[in-house]
Amino acid sequence: MKKQKNKLAGLQKRKALSGYLFILPFIIGFLVFMIKPLFQSLYMSFCTVELGSGNFNPIWTGLENFQYAFAVDPEFNRLLVEEITRMMIYSVAIIVFSFFVALVLNQKFHGRALVRAIFFLPVILSSGVILGLETDNQLMATLATQIEETTQNISITGALEEILRTAGVGVRAFEKVFEIIDNIYDVAIASGIQIIIFLSGLQTIPSSMYEAADIEGCTKWESLWKITFPMISSMFLVNWIYTVIDFCMRSDNEVIEKIQVVMIDQMKYGRASAMSWVYFVLILAFIGVTALLISKEVYYYD
Amino acid sequence: MTKTAVKTKKKNEFWERNKKSGGYLLRKKIMDAVVSICRFILLFGLCFMILQPILNKISVSFMTEQDLFNPIVINIPEHFTTENYKIASEIMNYSKALRNSLITSLTIATLQIAMCTLVGYGFARFKFPLKKFWFGCVILVILIPPQTIASSLHLHFRFFDVLGLFKLTTGDTINLRGSALPYYLMSAGCMGLKNGLYIYMIRQFFRNIPEDMEEAAYVDGCGTLKTFIRIMLPEAKPILTSCFLFAFVWQWTDGFYSKMFLGSMPLVSTSLARIVDSLGAYIQRITGVKTTISIAYSNAILSTGTLMIILPLIIIYLFAQRSFVESISSSGIKM
Repeated sequence: MKKQKNKLAGLQKRKALSGYLFILPFIIGFLVFMIKPLFQSLYMSFCTVELGSGNFNPIWTGLENFQYAFAVDPEFNRLLVEEITRMMIYSVAIIVFSFFVALVLNQKFHGRALVRAIFFLPVILSSGVILGLETDNQLMATLATQIEETTQNISITGALEEILRTAGVGVRAFEKVFEIIDNIYDVAIASGIQIIIFLSGLQTIPSSMYEAADIEGCTKWESLWKITFPMISSMFLVNWIYTVIDFCMRSDNEVIEKIQVVMIDQMKYGRASAMSWVYFVLILAFIGVTALLISKEVYYYD
Repeated sequence: MTKTAVKTKKKNEFWERNKKSGGYLLRKKIMDAVVSICRFILLFGLCFMILQPILNKISVSFMTEQDLFNPIVINIPEHFTTENYKIASEIMNYSKALRNSLITSLTIATLQIAMCTLVGYGFARFKFPLKKFWFGCVILVILIPPQTIASSLHLHFRFFDVLGLFKLTTGDTINLRGSALPYYLMSAGCMGLKNGLYIYMIRQFFRNIPEDMEEAAYVDGCGTLKTFIRIMLPEAKPILTSCFLFAFVWQWTDGFYSKMFLGSMPLVSTSLARIVDSLGAYIQRITGVKTTISIAYSNAILSTGTLMIILPLIIIYLFAQRSFVESISSSGIKM
């Protein structure tokens, strides 16, 4: 009896060993290319790095780099605040937009696969460098101003904007909404993956639930809030985290650009590390807090 | 019975049923029609919005410089030309960059996915101490923006050394910047572009495969590695193809890692990022005079270059659209 138990433990041990062998590449890579550089850059952020021939020697200067980033550098504070508010607003907009599109695409109609494919297209095409190039496309900008001039600002959205603005209700809030609507293209091209995730979540909801609710006299609007929302609430968490991270890593992110300029062009490794650590800690804290808040609302059916 | 007769009969039936339902049927029919019309307009508009920049690029890429300034010409070029393509391909060193990009993206994607598959399988199927901790590390890898560690990686590879061995033997560290080796090393360690995400997706897929198959293989005397290669890999083909496609495509357009590690090698992504600056130098070299290039013209060249770069991606997407989309929905991403 005892012997058999030992044997089982041996098998488990062997399995554990082979498990470790399987994830060995990750462990090595993680330690060498993630943990070491991470701590090194943390250390460098407290130092002034001098490049010598054949080596580099960091000289401990304490909090000077952080002081520089916040108090001396003319741009960093402004860029940081701007980028983080932009991230919050756009992440919310992307989540709302992709949820809405997923709801529409979940209905049955002809050409659904085609529409889905088109919405997913920007994930492939507008990634990496192309996104950064597209945002400062001056030709499009001049085209837009030309159109505005020729039509003399007569458009439905423009008129609506005027009416709502003169009505004077929550002007500031409306302005953000208008800004998002004006940049709906940016929102649409950033929500390809989120739409697919929502869609797959929607398709796992059993239709019998809706039928039962329908028979009980539930309207479509009510069943959206009482069935659809709770059932895919975990997808909101996933999508939220994905969107925020995706936004931080976009190549047209101004903070990242600033860091790259400081690092590669000015060769100030210490300052660049300090800036990127500030940014990283802020983002991580933001993700942590919001994920905690959302995960409290998440409802698990099974 | 003729066709019209059938139609009129159906029509009568419809009105009869409508009467019986107290007008509900008609109301429902009208509502359905209104909803589908609204949906069509909305989706058509959104799809057009997404496709429009690409269509615009296509039309601009065939225009001559004078067409760009002609206010009458909007979409269809008056003087059709393929000159832009010639110039763009010359500036970007297109054939060479394409070859380089193809080789780099293929090898790196293969390496990354091979490693991520091993790791993902390890996480999905084995019980070992500290498993939760290591998986937390995978999530951390997804969360940490690579820019945070960029500065230190930069120096790490500038003065590359393994445990001080090179310093001992040759008296100096190796400068690995500008060579592709560091990036291959990183890919082998699952630290490339978005590799945490691939590990997560592959693990999720393996977890959904029933364990019976593996157990049967074990009972029949198949070792761990053999089971993995013979039984599990063929099962995982769909997720592996789509992860490979993602890795390939994102590597293809990536600017960050390419600029940091492969900067000296002409790649399509990095040469596209430089195309506007190179255009000035190119024109100057040809004409011998320093000229300022109009914004419109440089943008036309930029559009042409972008089109040339995304063309392979579009072709891939046309053929593999399904595996792109379905991998994400089938991985059943849940927290």
